[in-house]
Amino acid sequence: MNEQRFNIDVENINAEFCGSSTGYADERVLISLERAQGFGKLKNLPKRLPVGCRRGGCGICRARILEGNYKRDPMSREYVTLEDEKEGLVLLCAIYPLSDLKVRLEPKCVKNLEVNSQSLEI
Amino acid sequence: MALTGVLRPGFIQLRVLDMAASIEYYTKRIGLHVVTKGDDGRVYLKAADEFDHHSLVLRQADSAGLDLYAFKVRKDKDLDSFKKRVEDYGIEVDDVRAGEQPGIGRRISFVIESGHRIELYAQAEMSEPKPLIHNPDVWSVEPHGMRARRMDHALLYGPNIEKVLDFFVNVLDFECAERVDMPDGLLAIWLTSGMKAHDIAFVNHPEPGKFHHVAFELEDWKDVGHAADIITRYNISIDIGPTRHGITRGQTIYFFDPSGNRCEVFAGGYTYYPDNPTRTWDEKEVGRGIFYYERQLNEAFLSVVT
Amino acid sequence: MAMTGVLRPGFIQMRVMDMEASKEHYINRIGLHQVMEGDDGRVYLKAADEFDHHSIVLRKADNAGCDYFAFKVYDEATLDAYKKRIEDYGIEVDDVRAGEQPGIGRRISFVVPSGHRIELYATCEHSDPKPGINNSHIWSVEPHGMRARRFDHALFYGPNIDKVQEFFETVLDFRTPEQVDLPDGGLLGIWMTCGMKAHDIAFVNHPEPGKFHHVSFELENWNDVGRAADIITNYDISIDIGPTRHGITYGQTIYFFDPSGNRCEVFAGGYTYYPDLPTRKWDMDNVGKAIFYYERQLNEAFLSVVT
Repeated sequence: MNEQRFNIDVENINAEFCGSSTGYADERVLISLERAQGFGKLKNLPKRLPVGCRRGGCGICRARILEGNYKRDPMSREYVTLEDEKEGLVLLCAIYPLSDLKVRLEPKCVKNLEVNSQSLEI
Repeated sequence: MALTGVLRPGFIQLRVLDMAASIEYYTKRIGLHVVTKGDDGRVYLKAADEFDHHSLVLRQADSAGLDLYAFKVRKDKDLDSFKKRVEDYGIEVDDVRAGEQPGIGRRISFVIESGHRIELYAQAEMSEPKPLIHNPDVWSVEPHGMRARRMDHALLYGPNIEKVLDFFVNVLDFECAERVDMPDGLLAIWLTSGMKAHDIAFVNHPEPGKFHHVAFELEDWKDVGHAADIITRYNISIDIGPTRHGITRGQTIYFFDPSGNRCEVFAGGYTYYPDNPTRTWDEKEVGRGIFYYERQLNEAFLSVVT
Repeated sequence: MAMTGVLRPGFIQMRVMDMEASKEHYINRIGLHQVMEGDDGRVYLKAADEFDHHSIVLRKADNAGCDYFAFKVYDEATLDAYKKRIEDYGIEVDDVRAGEQPGIGRRISFVVPSGHRIELYATCEHSDPKPGINNSHIWSVEPHGMRARRFDHALFYGPNIDKVQEFFETVLDFRTPEQVDLPDGGLLGIWMTCGMKAHDIAFVNHPEPGKFHHVSFELENWNDVGRAADIITNYDISIDIGPTRHGITYGQTIYFFDPSGNRCEVFAGGYTYYPDLPTRKWDMDNVGKAIFYYERQLNEAFLSVVT
């Protein structure tokens, strides 16, 4: 088990700082953010963290890496195209930190029923 | 193994905002029975599978929360020796007269470093309903509601958990079955006076004397599922579950009484012996320790207390 | 009651991004068996309590989701009759040759108004492991993992659910045991059956066509649902929600994700449906209780996380 720790700063879709988590080198970045949320450390998120399949398929936890290095698992080309990838867009559930990270949430846009947009507003 | 000293959780006294709603909830939904009502309005309840006079006391008040948590000790002279040990430890001890609660003998009462009032007593009358003892059937009255079998444990929130651990282990002869250590110190302890994985637990919290939940034991996972059906059917406020604790392995569901006091019904949990090692959890994995399936704390776990 | 027409869900073909991890998930964790691997790399799986050749087909791709969902019909004549009825309804039908999937006869294939490809076939070989038929034991091979007994149903997301309901009812002879109505008179979701189960296929209204919500496997009881939950955490499988219960169908359930993010369900229970029973209806104020009976509200993922 790799217990190397990194600091992960999170911004919401409006580029406002939401909080930080402690991430581990062997742990998906999204999981460290879920833990920070459980400890009440992401208080500036107006809504909950966008958590979906946690395995790179659904696109909900799409985000832009502003600073830092990471390694990646496979993620659906439907939500992160090759061009997106070059721009630094990732799915937070499919990356692992190699350094401190600064990320901005840019979730998949779903124009569905009202319930849906409410649940996705972050 | 001679079982001496503190035997088990005896009763818990909770404050409720609406007595009629609380009686309905604890009797019809959780499945307890009313034993008696005191002249001062306190209501005494028990599970039908318990021998002792009562295990839950409800007191009408304008705030919710915990008044006191009492353990039964083996012998009356244990009370005297524990009184001396508690006082020698530097904690003031109050004497509570026999009969202050119906069916319960004299108690000693003291406030521990987390701000919670803990009591010990040695004498309790039996009351109906209780398990049969001669050619006994499985139950004397047919179980109803969630079919709670006993008041099992409580989780309390307050400061100075390291001192609470020291006190329970060195003065009351409890063992620490599990603990959570964070980078900045001890977060939580699960303590047992016997062979259950826990009889009382504490989480470090800035406000003293706060109450997280009281737990009632069920027979199995099927009954946890049935409890969940009851919770929605009667519009009881749910917190989380059905799920499982990594800590103790209990299969569980958390919900709230009509005053916002959190209740748990659960089944299972491992058997603890005093020569077993303490199981430990750290910051990275504590979510899995508390809620084994969700693997993360919900917002309510560290913040919602009465 | 003569059972004719569409008998049951037969198989589902899903896209996965990592075939080895997916086989580990569906075989070692859910408890299926690999029947064979095709020349084109597709992997064919089944539960040991199913007779038919396979019920799950995995295809490696660079995104996740569902290729198609196939029902088994009573006989070849039934297949011809459905082809005519579907074409008469105005939906184009493709013929798929026998053997395009190993062990499966000719299929007819068409896209419903929600954008999902549905198929029908009548002929199918048996494969091992399968239930014994002569002085048989409860199982032929010892159940493992979550002990899935069968591929049971799927839930799809897409537009035009009202048209999908009309098509399944009037053309494929399905019924709707339960539905969720929208305040404006439309439908949020439909749970449809071709037989006596509370559902064989379900649809939820969604702007993007052809999306996949979950594939479901049946377990024996609530204890097995609890064991499945233990397995999910023990092997670090991503969980969605549960153990919980559905108000709709009564199923006791847990949702989780395969290694590509496709949602899976294992569940137990559910009521018995007969074609003379009324449709149970839910409105949007009670949809939380309908979907997740214990939580009484939808989680963020239910209406948004699809592949």
